[in-house]
Order: sequence, then structure tokens, then C-alpha cells
Amino acid sequence: MTPHFLTVEALKKVYPASGEKSNPPVFEDIHFHIEKGEFICIVGHSGCGKTTILNVLAGLEEASAGNVIMDGREVKGPSLDRGVVFQGHALMPWMTVLANVAFAVSSKWPDWPKDKVREHCTRFLTMVGLGHALDKKPAELSGGMKQRVGIARAFAIQPKMLLLDEPFGALDALTRGTIQDELLKIVQATHQTVFMITHDVDEAILLADKILLMSNGPGARIAEIVEVTMARSRTRAGIHHDPQYYKIRNHLVDFLVNRSETYSGAEAEMFHDSKNPPLVQPGLEGERAPVFTLTTEKGISQALHAKHAINQ
Amino acid sequence: MKSESIKAALLSVIIFLTFIGAWYIATLPRDNGPVSTADAEYAALMGKGAEKSGGFPAPGKVGQAFVEHLADPFYDKGPNDKGIGIQLAHSLGRVGLGFLLATLVAIPVGFAIGMSPLLFKAFNPFIQVLKPISPLAWMPLALYSLKDSSVSGIFVIFICSVWPMLINTAFGVASVRRDWINVARTLEVRPLRKAFLVILPAAAPTILTGMRISMGIAWLVIVAAEMLVGGTGIGYFVWNEWNNLALPNVIFAVVMIGVVGMLLDLAFGSLQKLVTYRE
Ligand SMILES: Nc1ncnc2c1ncn2[C@@H]1O[C@H](COP(=O)(O)OP(=O)(O)OP(=O)(O)O)[C@@H](O)[C@H]1O
Ligand SMILES: [Mg+2]
Repeated sequence: MTPHFLTVEALKKVYPASGEKSNPPVFEDIHFHIEKGEFICIVGHSGCGKTTILNVLAGLEEASAGNVIMDGREVKGPSLDRGVVFQGHALMPWMTVLANVAFAVSSKWPDWPKDKVREHCTRFLTMVGLGHALDKKPAELSGGMKQRVGIARAFAIQPKMLLLDEPFGALDALTRGTIQDELLKIVQATHQTVFMITHDVDEAILLADKILLMSNGPGARIAEIVEVTMARSRTRAGIHHDPQYYKIRNHLVDFLVNRSETYSGAEAEMFHDSKNPPLVQPGLEGERAPVFTLTTEKGISQALHAKHAINQ
Repeated sequence: MKSESIKAALLSVIIFLTFIGAWYIATLPRDNGPVSTADAEYAALMGKGAEKSGGFPAPGKVGQAFVEHLADPFYDKGPNDKGIGIQLAHSLGRVGLGFLLATLVAIPVGFAIGMSPLLFKAFNPFIQVLKPISPLAWMPLALYSLKDSSVSGIFVIFICSVWPMLINTAFGVASVRRDWINVARTLEVRPLRKAFLVILPAAAPTILTGMRISMGIAWLVIVAAEMLVGGTGIGYFVWNEWNNLALPNVIFAVVMIGVVGMLLDLAFGSLQKLVTYRE
């Protein structure tokens, strides 16, 4: 067996409790791996621990148990090998767009001369369609533009892996669409390894090679790994015409709405092996009646919220 | 918008003229007989200040003092008779030096306290006790141990400006957004680079607010300190002219204190604007 690019073994996180009694683990027994060039999305209900996993992968947070091995080395702290796009863009407001990216670039390559840094940054900012806004301050940009600067900053240091925490969560549907297209183009061109959190099922299907389904916390696990079996050259406009698309989508929604809370506890261990979560290919399965059909975007998110409210 | 500021300026002028008018009327010579020649001679002997020691000076007299002092602000005729420019320069020099020393101490220490919750807890009781002490209360100790009135003045300025700067720096540094720190961490930014390029600019608006408060306090305190230790400076000038009973000069000095204080505040205000960022 060849070693994987990134391996996560028996990861567990318990936050220290503020009171007397101890907190239950946010998640435990998390196993998965990522190959070079793969695009992995992780979906799960709010609060199940996705951001925490991403922070552990980034090295920003320490796991309570288990380990993360990337490229043969254990992840112990933050590193320039892993670029992070934060949920709230996290641009420095006192720097211009160019300076924000240049700060990252000259942190990675301290000996580069100024014009080389500038040229490099400009290339990546142009790639995300911001070649005209180099000297603007973040406050002068729209939400979508800020998020794109964050993406350019992460790409510009050419990390071995990109970690994205709901990068498009705060954007309206239209802007999200265009940026998704851009991300798709860049990733297809660069074969970047990506780990991305999203709440948006369609986004996950559009972008991912594999989708990790996370069960509800506390004690969340990786319930299933869904392989997106559609051709890699997807487009946002064309994806709806693929018959696989609806099968995969129904599978994901069915999981989130009906099955996500059944994976913790003793009886779950009888049918579920956390070390080897089942790899499923719903796109290639024969036609079957969807367990739960909701056609509109709104309907789905309402159902998710209702579910979430019940869980709490 | 523009017409409003014109109106405001007009109103300011009216308020000022009303004030001068009321002052003029209030200080009109009353009918208690003509001033006797003996009195006038006495007054002449006593010098310029004493000529009308009985009443509050009229605006004309004060205006004259303004013109005289501003016409030649830098003359120097011995220890008790120096131009207002020289006196202000002495005061500003002390304030500047004390303030600079305070900055050199408060910003690094505030940085350290802000970065480390442990240090914050350890330093906090001392800061809380030392902060409310009136800076003038240090004066005897300073005079005794430093043995120099001018140095003591600088020390008093130092001690009064250090606290607001220290507290604001610590607070500003401690509340830098977690996200920005995390960006720096994922970029493996070296500690010094992180301090100067991330934490300092992020905390700069808070730090400058502290410096502005400190400067305001320092300018309040220098006048009192110079009245106590004497020698030179605007505070000593006020005290000296009071001893001469030269009230027009005292009023002139009081206004100058106000104007210089305002200019200092304006300077720090524009510095603050320079480092403030919009999110
Ligand atoms: N610093 C912390 N201290 C204590 N508990 C925390 C802390 N950070 C997160 N948690 C808890 O850990 C759980 C997982 O949080 P996390 O932010 O990883 O969720 P998430 O899956 O990213 O949610 P969302 O989709 O809403 O972003 C939550 O229940 C949260 O209450
Ligand atoms: Mg999250």
C-alpha cells in the first residue's frame, strides 16, 4: 500500500469544560485520507466540528488524540505548506489588496526582490479577476471581492494543500456562482490538493472528487465517503444535465436530513466502522426512488434548519 | 454642509464678541473719584503690572498684553523676564522628553503585557494602584532623589503619561483579531515581523488613543509642576506674573496654554486618523 498524501488517524477533540463536568468530545475516531491533487469536501450539520477538524489540519489547533500526517511528516503546527482561506476572509484592513497578498508571498520567499513579489502577486490577483483593484483597501471591496483576495493569498504561496472554511458562505448565490467557476478553473489548471468545508450540497458536487459526510456531534464521525463519479470537467451550467447529479444530490440530502444523527453510540458500531467509513458511489447506482425529495434550494435549507433545531 | 460650517463660524464670532462686550462693560471704571496722583506715582514705581491692582483688567489691557508678548516672543532679559515663546519652549521640551520616555517604556511593556495573559495578571495590581496617584504627589520624592527641579518635572510628566499609554497598548494588543494572528501563524511569520506588521498596525488606533490621552494629561500637569518647582516654563510664567499682580499677562498665558494644548491634541488627532483603518 502506498502512503497517502495526507492521513488522519483516530482524531478526537475535547474542548476543556468551563464548569465542573467534562465536555463530551466534539468528534472522535475520525479516519480519512487525501491523495495528491484530490479535491475533498466535507459536509455536516452546523456545530458538528468541521471547522475544528480544518483547524487541526492547519495546525492552528491541537487535537486531543490521534494524529495528522502530511507528506510523511506529522502536522504539529501551522506551516506554509498548508494555505488557509478563512471563513471571514481575514484580510488585514490596513494593507492594500496587493500588500495583503505580498505579505504572504514575502513570508514564504523572504529573499525575493520587490518587483518579483509584486509580479507574482499581480499574477494571482489577476487570476481571481482583481487585476484592477490592486491598490484598493479591503474596506473598498465587496464581500465577494474580499473573499477572492483571500483565495489569491492562499494560492499565491503555492502550498501543498489548500484548506477552505466555507469560503463562499457569506456570499449571495450569483457571486458565489462566479467565484465557484473561478475556483474550479484554477484547481483544474493547477491540480491543487484541496480540503473544503461547505454547507452547500451543489457546491460540493460541483467541486469535489470525494465528499466526506460527517454525522452530528457530540461524538461526530465520518459516516460515509461519497465519490463524485461524474467527469472531472464539470461546469456549473452543464452539471444539471448529468443524470448522476440528481442521484448524488438526493443521496447527500437524504443523509443530512434523515441519517446524520444515527452514527454515534454503541449500536452504531454494529453497522458502522469508523476506521473504514463506506465509500459509496450513488451516481453509478441504478435508478431508485429518492428517499427524500426537495427540489428547491430553500426547501432543503429549511429542512436542514428544522432538523438542526430538533437536534438541539 | 458647507453653509452650516459658515453659520457655525459666524455664531462663534458672535459668541466671542458678546463675551468681549460683556467683559468690557463689567470692567468699565466705576465712579469712585479720580485716581489720585499719589496712587499713580505709586503704581509707576511698582511697574507695569500694578497700575490697576484693584480691578479686573479690561479687555483693552489684555489685548495690549497679547500684542506686546506676541510681537517679541523670544526675548531673554534674565531669569525672571523671558519671552512667552521661550517659556513655552521650556514647557514643551519637558513634556516632550517625559512623554518620549513614557512612550519608550509603555509601548514595549504594554506589548508584552498584552501578548501574555500571565504578565497581564502579574502587572495588573501594580498598575491599578499606581494609576490613580496624582502625578504631583510624586514631586517630593522626585525632588529628593533626583535633586534637580527640571529633571523632576520631566519625571512627573513621565509618570503621568505612562499609564494611559501602557493600558491602551496592552488592551489594543490583547484584542487583535484572532483571524489576523492565525493568518500570521499559517504564514510562519517570524515574531518580530509579526509584531511590527500585524500586531502593531492592528493595535495602533488604540495605542494612539492612549497617547492622545497621555499628552492631554501631560499638558495639564506641566503647568502645575512648573508652578511648584519654578525656574522656567509657562507654569512658572503664570506664577511669576501672578506674584507681580500682572493679571493681563496671566490671562494671556492662560489663553496660550489653551491654544498650545489644542494644537497638541490636533496633532495627535491627525496622527490617529493616519493609523485608523476601516474594516
Ligand atoms: N473554543 C471552543 N471552546 C469550546 N467549545 C468549542 C470551541 N470552539 C468550538 N467549540 C464547540 O465545538 C463544536 C464544533 O465547532 P465547529 O466550529 O468546529 O463547528 P462547525 O462544524 O464548523 O460548525 P459550522 O458549520 O456552524 O461552522 C461546537 O459544538 C462548538 O460549540
Ligand atoms: Mg465552521
